[in-house]
Amino acid sequence: MSTVNATDMDDARPAAAAGKGPILSLRGITKTFPGVRALNAVSLDLYPGQVTALIGENGAGKSTLVKTLTGIYLPDEGEIVIKGKPVALTSAHDAFERGITAIHQETVLFDELSVAENIFLGHSPRKRWGMIDWKAMHERSKSLLAEMGIGHVAPDTPLKELGIASKHLVAVARAMSIEAEIVIMDEPTASLSHKEIEDLFVLIDMLRQDGKAILFISHKFDEIYRIADRYTVFRDGEMVGEGLLKDASQKQIVRMMVGRAVDQIFPKRETEIGAPVLKVDGLSHPTEFADIGFELRQGEILGFYGLVGAGRSEVMQALFGITRPSAGTITLDGKPVEAKSPADAIDAGIVYVPEERGKQGVVVDLPIFQNVSLPSLRKTSSNGFLQLAEEFRLAREYTERLDLRAASLSQTAGTLSGGNQQKVVIAKWLATRPRVIILDEPTKGIDIGSKAAVHEFMGDLVAGGLSVIMVSSELPEIMGMSDRIIVLREGRIAGVYENDGSLDAETLVSVAADIGEEAAA
Amino acid sequence: MNDQSIAAPAGRKIPDRLDSPAKAAVFSWPSLLLAVAVGIFILNSFASPYFLSPWSLSDATFNFTEKGLIALAMALLIISGEIDLSVAAIIALASTAMGLALQFGVDTPGLVAIGVLTGVLCGMFNGFLVTRLGLPSIVVTIGTMSFFRGISYIVLGDQAFKGYPDSFDFFGQGYVFWVVSFEFAFFLVCALVYYVVLHRTNFGRQIFVIGNNPVAARFSGVRVERVKFILFCLTGLMSGLAAVALTSRLASTRPSIAFAWELEVVTIVVLGGVSILGGSGTIQGVVIAAFIMGLVTFGLGLLNVPGIVMSIFIGALLIGVIALPILISRLRQRMAK
Repeated sequence: MSTVNATDMDDARPAAAAGKGPILSLRGITKTFPGVRALNAVSLDLYPGQVTALIGENGAGKSTLVKTLTGIYLPDEGEIVIKGKPVALTSAHDAFERGITAIHQETVLFDELSVAENIFLGHSPRKRWGMIDWKAMHERSKSLLAEMGIGHVAPDTPLKELGIASKHLVAVARAMSIEAEIVIMDEPTASLSHKEIEDLFVLIDMLRQDGKAILFISHKFDEIYRIADRYTVFRDGEMVGEGLLKDASQKQIVRMMVGRAVDQIFPKRETEIGAPVLKVDGLSHPTEFADIGFELRQGEILGFYGLVGAGRSEVMQALFGITRPSAGTITLDGKPVEAKSPADAIDAGIVYVPEERGKQGVVVDLPIFQNVSLPSLRKTSSNGFLQLAEEFRLAREYTERLDLRAASLSQTAGTLSGGNQQKVVIAKWLATRPRVIILDEPTKGIDIGSKAAVHEFMGDLVAGGLSVIMVSSELPEIMGMSDRIIVLREGRIAGVYENDGSLDAETLVSVAADIGEEAAA
Repeated sequence: MNDQSIAAPAGRKIPDRLDSPAKAAVFSWPSLLLAVAVGIFILNSFASPYFLSPWSLSDATFNFTEKGLIALAMALLIISGEIDLSVAAIIALASTAMGLALQFGVDTPGLVAIGVLTGVLCGMFNGFLVTRLGLPSIVVTIGTMSFFRGISYIVLGDQAFKGYPDSFDFFGQGYVFWVVSFEFAFFLVCALVYYVVLHRTNFGRQIFVIGNNPVAARFSGVRVERVKFILFCLTGLMSGLAAVALTSRLASTRPSIAFAWELEVVTIVVLGGVSILGGSGTIQGVVIAAFIMGLVTFGLGLLNVPGIVMSIFIGALLIGVIALPILISRLRQRMAK
């Protein structure tokens, strides 16, 4: 057991907390599922007026911990102490009553209800006879939203008309309306753009000044260092370190997370870049993008950068036959490709790892091996009849190459962590032996260990003669991995750059956002 | 998340499966159904001294063979996430088409061809509306249910077509061996074919994938619309075949033929363990469920239970069987917590 204690925890009490003890303490929490010890005697303290970052690889037990705190799971052992009193959180309602609220990655709000209804659902102001006091509800919503600096959102707007970022803000408003003292944020920034993340951080600051205790879960170190005061690191269901962020370097924390030193430098390899493989010319769509033209060469990683909504995914989905372009040509190895459906694109040798892994990538209720063999069924079967042995062989070959962590190949894909699900999706495509693989935000929301594995593997792919298109919103990733970078802005190519070391991040950001508007990241 | 990824250390060989397939089969839904079927069989043989004779058992099969034929295709359709409520109306239309052809002197082979073809065309029509126009199948087939049967009523009014040729009787009244009726033998053969198609072919795998996640299926190169279209055609085909068998057995066509059968067909499918939400189910389960339905109705018939009570009983059975696994899994969850 190589527990790394960056700081001795008792001495580490921040001066900022000035004598304030933790508002919430977990002591020796253990939670076991059949075959897995998800949490093993973990402890965690949350202090009022401080943001504590919960850090760990996928599968480290973060989600289980959140579910324990929100009353969804009951721990097998250990105690939860709130304001010095041991409590039992046996239901979501219990947690709510104790002032705990959670904001999830995919917000759990109601699209068909109004903003005000979402904020006050379950605790709406009442009149006599239990009638909802709509007037009070709207007024309080209005003042809440104004206080948060989003006064332009009317309380009676249906939630479905808001973007994901505004929905997060509504979730925060909800947290404030119930006067929660403990706010859990489970990867709130995963689907937000740069600007939206900034807005969210301003709000988190507000909550902090309000004296709320915040548990902030994120995979992104820049965010953690930016917003959090303290950290707690989990690994394999155990707490392996905690302390003040200002006392710990990123390197130290990474070492705690993975139990070994991971090279944060991207494993960019020098590969022989060959002749053009894929040529795209004048590709246009009535609403999403226009006049997209580029070449992808053998053994090249071509990065696509841009803001959310710049049309990157839409272009990729047109290459993959999901959306039909209105004009333009696609040529692969000199032959024109007319992808009317993904099946055509796959046959031609173009495959796509989608951004929305859970919806478009894996079939969560089917076993891993069936997920992997799905696009290769014609090869694994004989005369249309399934050959299970062949499917298992194919699935094993590719999942083991990707170092998939699974108990068996018959386990349903949904039981895997996000990073491992992504490995299943990539394995599925590699098994088709494609010419071009398109990776759309390949490491979004996956842990650092899996991330490194995916990056490492991208290097292997191009070394093996494949060509890769990578869409990413993460600057370090796009700059670390790509040979060339295309920046899209509002559906058009805004710039093409050789990534030869002279390119700086500021250029990309300012081109993507048009003008130098607070360009530096 | 209940994350099992911790269980396997890096670089370890990943086994194919943890539980043996045999163990999985023993604790499966079809096994439970089989136990229920055996139970009902035993109850029936105590309830009536006539039940255990070969000929009464043979008669009992007629209670489910035609519905069972449709249920086989319906199972595939429901697993893919769609449904066809027009199947009984397709029987009416196919039977009417045969009766009409009879008036023009068409003989047995022609009658059969017309019945089957009408079924397939109706299925294609449903499939076209659902897959090409993107309409929800439950609405489309409620519409075509009225539409198809409506045509029968217009053609027939309160009349009936009678006078089918003797050679036509075989499909609904003939026996292939001793007490084994043609219908029953045909049902078993079809069940085997559907078992192979659903559980042993690429096409069957694609049905499950579509039912679980149509978007991921499409993103994986499955031609979702094409598969669904084929399934609607198959359901139409089986309805056409059922129309031939039923018309032959009754030796007449009335517009009210097979009225409300779609509900019993769906009942068989759901009782057979097919998730009404799509994505899971087995042909074994559906076949056993068809037997159960037949045994129950026949047993109650032997006891002179009136039809209305019978339908109450079947309704209760359906709700009970669907509720049971949900209650069990809730109980398990509570215990795990």
